[in-house]
Amino acid sequence: MIRVVLPAPLRALAAVEGEVLLALDGPATQRALLDALEARYPALRGTLRAPDTQRRRALVRFYAAGEDLSHECPDAPLPAAVASGAEPFLIVGAMAGG
Amino acid sequence: MSRVRVLVGTRKGAFILTADGTRQHWQVTGPLFAGWAIYHLAGSAADPNRLYASQSSGWFGQLIQRSDDGGATWRPVGNRFVYEGETGPHQWYDGTPHPWEFARVWHLEPSPTDPDTVYAGVEDAALFRSTDGGQSWHELPGLRRHGSGPFWQPGAGGLCLHTILLDPTDPQRLIVAISAAGAFRSDDGGQHWRAINRGLRSAGIPDPTAEVGHCVHRLAMHPSRPNVLFMQKHWDVMRSDDGGASWYEISGNLPTDFGFPIVVHAHEPETVYVVPLRSDAERFPLDGRLAVYRSRTGGHEWEPLTHGLPQRDCYVNVLRAGMAVDALDPCGVYFGTTGGQVYVSADAGERWMPIVRDLPAVLSVTVQTLP
Repeated sequence: MIRVVLPAPLRALAAVEGEVLLALDGPATQRALLDALEARYPALRGTLRAPDTQRRRALVRFYAAGEDLSHECPDAPLPAAVASGAEPFLIVGAMAGG
Repeated sequence: MSRVRVLVGTRKGAFILTADGTRQHWQVTGPLFAGWAIYHLAGSAADPNRLYASQSSGWFGQLIQRSDDGGATWRPVGNRFVYEGETGPHQWYDGTPHPWEFARVWHLEPSPTDPDTVYAGVEDAALFRSTDGGQSWHELPGLRRHGSGPFWQPGAGGLCLHTILLDPTDPQRLIVAISAAGAFRSDDGGQHWRAINRGLRSAGIPDPTAEVGHCVHRLAMHPSRPNVLFMQKHWDVMRSDDGGASWYEISGNLPTDFGFPIVVHAHEPETVYVVPLRSDAERFPLDGRLAVYRSRTGGHEWEPLTHGLPQRDCYVNVLRAGMAVDALDPCGVYFGTTGGQVYVSADAGERWMPIVRDLPAVLSVTVQTLP
């Protein structure tokens, strides 16, 4: 299972507490993870990726295992530690606003 | 006894204020959607339990929330606002081309007859409609493409379509206002549009009487006389008696004619309210004294209404969607401030009292009058 940590505003929107656990069919990629997340929690559609382009929102960042994955190709394999569930995939609202 | 439900959108959530017809004792519910900017909430006249809310975040984008039980519970519906076809550029503040980009929904206007039909005015300026209760949204692209779109420039708040008026006597007539483009009207249900800005004069633009480019802050209409429109422009309070085909100034004896909201009394079509501010550079009341101004003559002659409002050291703003009326008799008038106060007058403006004093900055106030 892949572990996902959502920022507080999106945990409230999705009505979840703590980490989200996702099982992916097929290769563990960023796109597959986000697709599965939105399928489980439809309220999150459009909050992480722009509805028209499916590109990551500018103030949404992805981290895992000490790495910034925000600019990785959406179809690139996730780090093995994320795919195995050893490390969570962190979705973070960028620090902004003073 | 009738009741009122006041829907308040703020920078950090929504609040619902309820009272019986006396409007003296209030219950406050909220914050709903805590931490998110709620640009607008609106209830359906056809089904008062059907509410819509525009929930927005610079981080996480746009959501539309819907309630089917008068605000007790909510659920997100569709948030896919995609412009139809190639958008091309509009003008940026400095006149250079800038791509059309969706930012947020400023205004939600439910159909007066169908709770599942609702219009959305968005930034960058366009008009969308849903006919399935907000599940899906489709642009009415004739507005953006009517010809002047490439010359529209944003106001200080962005290139926002912030006002939607639906003519209750003619379902084919829609009127919208865009900052800083002007007012526009469709007489065929939103397919075709024309600018309705003749008579406006804006000193800050290259051609003061241009067809478009005017920073219209708000429009208001009384449902019994849909051809009479009132406008708070950046500067100037204006009136049209021909559905917007031509405008004339009614600022009259106002101490300043800069402001944002404008509303019409529920039972007196010639009674109009504005909140004058010192200037566009100093967006606060004159001399630190908060005052609503009322005209009972359809403009020109205005009187200050200050009883119960702070008369010293008050430097709040009242934003364009921050004022509304109820349908009771006497008519109730409401407004919210950037300081977080929501004031009510249960006697058409004679006396005011705060319902709440310390909300986040108020973005919008709408009122439902319930049986």
